[in-house]
Amino acid sequence: MASISVARHALAHAPWSRTAWRDTVFVASGVPLQCAGWMIVGVLWTVWTPIDLTPVLVLSVATVALVLLASRPLTSWQRERCWAVLGVEIPPMPDFDGGRPWDALRDLRSPELWRVLQYHLLVGPLVACGGLAVVSAWGAGAVLGSYGAYAWALPESTSPALSDKAQVVQTAGLMACGAVLLVVTPWVAAGVRRLDARAAAALLGPDRASELERRVEDLAGKRADVVDAADIERRRIERDLHDGAQQRLVSLALHLGLARETLDDVPDHAMEVIVEAHEQAKEALTELRTLIRGLHPAVLEDRGLDAALSGIAARVPLPVRLRVEVEPRASSTVEAVAYFVVSEALTNVVKHARAASVDVEVLRRGGVLLLTVGDDGVGGADPARGTGLTGLARRVRSVDGTFRITSPAGGPTTVTVELPCAL
Amino acid sequence: MRIVIAEDSVLLRAGLIKLLETSGFEVAAAVGEAEGLLAAVREHRPDAAIVDVRMPPGFTDEGVRAALVMRREAPEVAVLLLSQYVEERYAADLLAAGTSGIGYLLKDRVADVSVFLDALRRVAAGGTALDPEVVSQLLLRRHRDPLDRLTPREREVLALMAEGRSNAGIAGALVVSESAVAKHINNIFAKLDLPHAEGDHRRVLAVLRFLDGET
Repeated sequence: MASISVARHALAHAPWSRTAWRDTVFVASGVPLQCAGWMIVGVLWTVWTPIDLTPVLVLSVATVALVLLASRPLTSWQRERCWAVLGVEIPPMPDFDGGRPWDALRDLRSPELWRVLQYHLLVGPLVACGGLAVVSAWGAGAVLGSYGAYAWALPESTSPALSDKAQVVQTAGLMACGAVLLVVTPWVAAGVRRLDARAAAALLGPDRASELERRVEDLAGKRADVVDAADIERRRIERDLHDGAQQRLVSLALHLGLARETLDDVPDHAMEVIVEAHEQAKEALTELRTLIRGLHPAVLEDRGLDAALSGIAARVPLPVRLRVEVEPRASSTVEAVAYFVVSEALTNVVKHARAASVDVEVLRRGGVLLLTVGDDGVGGADPARGTGLTGLARRVRSVDGTFRITSPAGGPTTVTVELPCAL
Repeated sequence: MRIVIAEDSVLLRAGLIKLLETSGFEVAAAVGEAEGLLAAVREHRPDAAIVDVRMPPGFTDEGVRAALVMRREAPEVAVLLLSQYVEERYAADLLAAGTSGIGYLLKDRVADVSVFLDALRRVAAGGTALDPEVVSQLLLRRHRDPLDRLTPREREVLALMAEGRSNAGIAGALVVSESAVAKHINNIFAKLDLPHAEGDHRRVLAVLRFLDGET
């Protein structure tokens, strides 16, 4: 099995293989571009060779300017080459590309420019040497390999190659050398290609740090979109329930109430059914109202956190001290998260804390919304156990907020949440 | 008694019309949005208007804003606002514009037909009807005020007063005598440094002014 894979590997790099020719074309096409860097550096100095200091300085400045001007087109041509021959895409650098050639002057301080120059002036020439070696090796291999045929084709008088035994041995040796060259060159070409492609990717594309930075920005933007979309969806559901099921239920309860008040000739057992239905319809309304208000209260959009939170605080069957100072208002998605956090935290207090009172504070400190919900209950709340707290923490994380809970056994419990005011 | 209804849900509008007509009210007009309400009030000059808070085009607080316009344009028309949620902030806006002939109830309350009609009659007669939920929200807002000096019983009485109940109504709700209620109310006035005023609605006005933080 191993021998088969070795043979396959060797075949892939045979002189007639696609890979061999692709690599050769790639490295050969690189040579003029890679030499261009130094040619541009040297061109002025060969035309005019100054000796005095001032002309030398002038020429140096001119050389630098020329190199800077050439760096952008050279870079983009190199990228084109990678794409056209190898199908390797080197992404452009946001801070470097897109500018015009003369912007390079302004970019003197940008690390991208120096990486690009490293390629054009240091790595490039090195790779160009490799490219030249490959081309020469192909040439030498072809010449030597066909040496016998050449010698044979000539008339015997003019060809010393086959004239005697020693000459034949020499010819055969040269032909063997040619054959070896032809076999080895594709491997050399592959090596040079790999080196060149790697250097180009590292020096002509965005570096890892800025690539990651770009990706983080991209992902943060996408996440903000997702969070916003979820928020919009929540509002849509709230609107739908409000316009649909809730109105229908109110109407149902109203009619049952009307029946209960106005029908006086129904048998007792029928009236019992009506009364029961009426009570259940009212309970359903209360439940639906609580559910819908938890989704996204209209007053939140309208009047902000203070107004919306006083609504839920009043529904809590404990004394709630509420302090809300959010001026100017946070983004609507963040407001929705803050509302949800306080609402959930209060629900938890009512369900588990056995508290006598709750303190809720929502304060804006610069770009941060600081939420604190503290109770004087029994404590011992564990985010690992309660799904309420987990959901809360998840919702906070969705907008890059931080969530902290201190709840020693015996109390008190304090939930502290920090949210960015804008996404 | 002539009523104008503004409610964008067709179903509920029909239900309200049936409820009111069965109970001997006359529905002068029933409209689906705030602009239509103002036009209908100008045209029919009803005794009272029943107004949904959330109406087209914005579906937020159009009803509250229309009610505030009505307070200015036609203060003699009583307004009973209905909403899926009662919000203390809307109540504060409404009460700041005057507390006579104003009501603010959860929509659910229409299911309790006689309670709802009582509230409507009270509002149309120049009184006040606030949902218990609004009252508890208003009380919450003022927790650090002299209200802390009230006993729990006095707070209960105050809450019922704020809903717009009469002494007899409060006595019935708390199952105490009317004279006991009167004593509680006097205590409340004393503790809150409120001067004596005549009539139910002026009493409520005074209490609500206090709740609203205007004293």
